[in-house]
Amino acid sequence: MKQLDLQELGLRQINSTLQSAIPETDGQQWSVSNPMGLHAIACGLNSKLSVTIDGNAGFYCAGMNQQADVTIKGHAGVGVAENMMSGMVRVTGNASQSAGATGHGGLLVIEGDASSRCGISMKGIDIVIGGSVGHMSGFMAQLGHMVICGDAGEALGDSIYEAILYVAGDVESLGADCIEKQMTPEHEKTLAELLSRAGMDKDVKSFRRYGSARKLYNFNIDHAGDY
Amino acid sequence: MDENIPRVTPRQSATFDAYTTSEIRRAASTGIYDIRGGGAKRVLPHFDDLLFLGASISRYPLEGYRERCGTDVTLGGRFASKPLELKIPITIAGMSFGSLSGQAKEALGRGANAAGTSTTTGDGGMTQEERGHSKLLVYQYLPSRYGMNPDDLRKADAIEVVVGQGAKPGGGGMLMGQKINDRVAKMRSLPKGIDQRSACRHPDWTGPDDLEIKILELRELTNWEKPIYIKIGGSRPYYDTALAVKAGADVIVLDGMQGGTAATQNVFIEHVGLPILACIRPAVQALQELDMHRKVQLIVSGGIRNGADVAKAMALGADAVSIGTAALIAMGDNDPRFESEYNKLGTTAGAYDAWHLGHDPAGITTQDPELAARLDPEAAGRRLANYLQVMTLEAQTIARACGKNHLHNLEPEDLCALTVEASAMAKVPLAGTSWIPGQTPF
Repeated sequence: MKQLDLQELGLRQINSTLQSAIPETDGQQWSVSNPMGLHAIACGLNSKLSVTIDGNAGFYCAGMNQQADVTIKGHAGVGVAENMMSGMVRVTGNASQSAGATGHGGLLVIEGDASSRCGISMKGIDIVIGGSVGHMSGFMAQLGHMVICGDAGEALGDSIYEAILYVAGDVESLGADCIEKQMTPEHEKTLAELLSRAGMDKDVKSFRRYGSARKLYNFNIDHAGDY
Repeated sequence: MDENIPRVTPRQSATFDAYTTSEIRRAASTGIYDIRGGGAKRVLPHFDDLLFLGASISRYPLEGYRERCGTDVTLGGRFASKPLELKIPITIAGMSFGSLSGQAKEALGRGANAAGTSTTTGDGGMTQEERGHSKLLVYQYLPSRYGMNPDDLRKADAIEVVVGQGAKPGGGGMLMGQKINDRVAKMRSLPKGIDQRSACRHPDWTGPDDLEIKILELRELTNWEKPIYIKIGGSRPYYDTALAVKAGADVIVLDGMQGGTAATQNVFIEHVGLPILACIRPAVQALQELDMHRKVQLIVSGGIRNGADVAKAMALGADAVSIGTAALIAMGDNDPRFESEYNKLGTTAGAYDAWHLGHDPAGITTQDPELAARLDPEAAGRRLANYLQVMTLEAQTIARACGKNHLHNLEPEDLCALTVEASAMAKVPLAGTSWIPGQTPF
């Protein structure tokens, strides 16, 4: 495993090294020490690297990730793995707001809790949260799956499109156009796969599924009160 | 009725005029506000309310067709290692694929290339038509993040973080389901045929401090090569400009309320924001106070139509201008040759603004393949290039008459105002006086 000390090298040097690393020649395993809560660590990675960040990270850690597996051994700030395209990002602690925002693909795992607006405008990313999420999570979520092993805050899935939300705990309230839907064997299978990939041991039978009522997909004056 | 009593000519109400009453009837019939494209149609204070003071004795003019007047501009040298070098200070504003056809995006690229300037993507993401035909392409980083991916950020020549738009500061957009074909739906990760809402704010930052960190991420992702623009709608230009500088912008794009839009509420277009005339001087003041004028470039847009507008914007302190609606008109939008088809759509050439419905006879604001095929990208690109060239020549002509050997040497002292309102907004003297309301004693 190659070691990179953020305090010694600085953000630009760390990101430049990781962004240009070729796994076949430079090796796959990388470790970043002394992250010190700095922002934009390991963003824009685009190869099959395995990167461990030993400590807490600031905003946009592993932002726009492609292919890489990034593990944050600590807590993550705003927008962790925002707009991720593929690969995997794991936070062993808690995540701040807008985790996985606008993500198009890949898997984001938050072992602890996530704050508000988790998965906002998600566009195909899968997000698995071991704990609970804050209010407005899944707001305008377009595609992908969000698995919440704990509770969900107010207005879950407000104005949701085609994303699918699974919640094991309590939901404080559902947002506009978000409804509970039937769990079918197909959904249980998808959920089991997501939990397995995330390394979460949880009974799929304890989850409920939520999605869009699709009443707001085309403007209708009779639904104006929902806007 | 006594026929001996003279009859009074029927009088329409100025308040409830024909347009207003028709809009009331439309609203009562449909139950939804009017959504349309284009920019503000009401009369607003504009560059026409300013005049240039050509040189005579106190100033020395340059020879119109012999002496050089530079037009080049460099955008984005504050932090970016690869700023944009443009031959002319007129850029093409962001317009989305989805709102515009692929042919229209290609034509924009062809026209801009020929004139030596840049084009800008829009809400739909980057298309091959545009990247393939635009040598200098600015990639808009929008609240919706439709089609946003890091590969396209790296392919771009500059990144424009869109905070607001002149036609709708504080508002999002709506691409109606009629225009969502398979390709547009795929690019936007949404089902075909549904109304696609573009968010009014970015999902993962909520203020200038966050924006500064977001820009750091964009720079780290693109090796600090690309200039970062911040686009703001004209509403609080002094403070928004100052905050954009603080956030680390290389370039600020300031869009006035005459700016176009693909689709938003008519009431929003006509009643929110400031005319660009009122925006430029406060923005320049903010830049000057921060010692950033000409270091952070200012691009202004919103109703730019000709070389006089270009020259006036630059005299007020802009580094460049941007055009959207005018570019579409140059390519053939609202052309009278489609008059009979406009009539069938219930409108007339010059007034067609239902850009969101996808029935554009000119093949520009549509996703209908048959209509889009009407637009020849090469011919439309040539028309756009001609128009850009004319605007540049016009601006040069005026600059030379003011004794300037570069468009950037134009200054507020070259201008006066025809109205008190324009004088106060542009902070140049009322014609024939040395009075600037709020600045100098009468």
